[in-house]
Amino acid sequence: MGGGTEIGRVRGLGSAHAGGHHFWHQRLTGAFNFALMLWFIVSLLRLPGYDHATIVAWLATPLAAVPMLLLIASVFYHLRIGLQVVIEDYVHEDGNRIALLIALNAYAIALGALAAFSVLKIALSGGAA
Amino acid sequence: MNRKSGRPLSPHLTIWKWGPNMLVSILHRATGVGLATVGAALFVWWLAAAASGPESYQAFLDCIGGPVMYWIMLVVGIGLTWAAFQHVYSGLRHFVLDTGAGYELRTNKFWSTMTIVGSVLTTGLIWAYLIWGR
Repeated sequence: MGGGTEIGRVRGLGSAHAGGHHFWHQRLTGAFNFALMLWFIVSLLRLPGYDHATIVAWLATPLAAVPMLLLIASVFYHLRIGLQVVIEDYVHEDGNRIALLIALNAYAIALGALAAFSVLKIALSGGAA
Repeated sequence: MNRKSGRPLSPHLTIWKWGPNMLVSILHRATGVGLATVGAALFVWWLAAAASGPESYQAFLDCIGGPVMYWIMLVVGIGLTWAAFQHVYSGLRHFVLDTGAGYELRTNKFWSTMTIVGSVLTTGLIWAYLIWGR
């Protein structure tokens, strides 16, 4: 933030008037992902097997379902802003870029919703899927 | 964007001498894109299959465990594990770099290299456990 008016420098937003939160949220969700993925990988490795009954019984417990939902929210938000930066870096033509960014939002929201609903269905039906 | 103005462009991948920091930076983005597409899709497929009942879950297992798919999925699984840990270790390195530390040439090169060493080692340990340990 080199130039600009003094109030502009205090606000630190630059000519786009937004964007700082992007950088910050990417790091916040990155840290959440680190903790939650660690839990996820250790949990998976500790499961006795990967058959349907075991997975469903595990996901039906509150201490698996809730971290799983938090992980889905954090990972899919992180993935959305991460891919947005990639698209903004490489797709220079306005129409293509906007179309891709809309597709990206649809992708992240649809997959995240499907994942969250799946966990909720297993958790709330007590494993009797 | 119009690139035909004849003005000089900044040097790119084919010009710079390759080093670990450059490789790790590129890998961070490449592994991120891989995880966000292939990784996310597999993760959601697995969850949705589990939520759809035992038959759907069995169909999922049969699909990824079929005679040809087994070997493809083994490569994909090991690849995604490595990508995840490369992205994680490189991400942790970014947290340190964000504080303004770790830019000295030797330090920077050392920790860049360590993210790769770490991701390969962690992937090896996890898959050794999955294949022989259980």
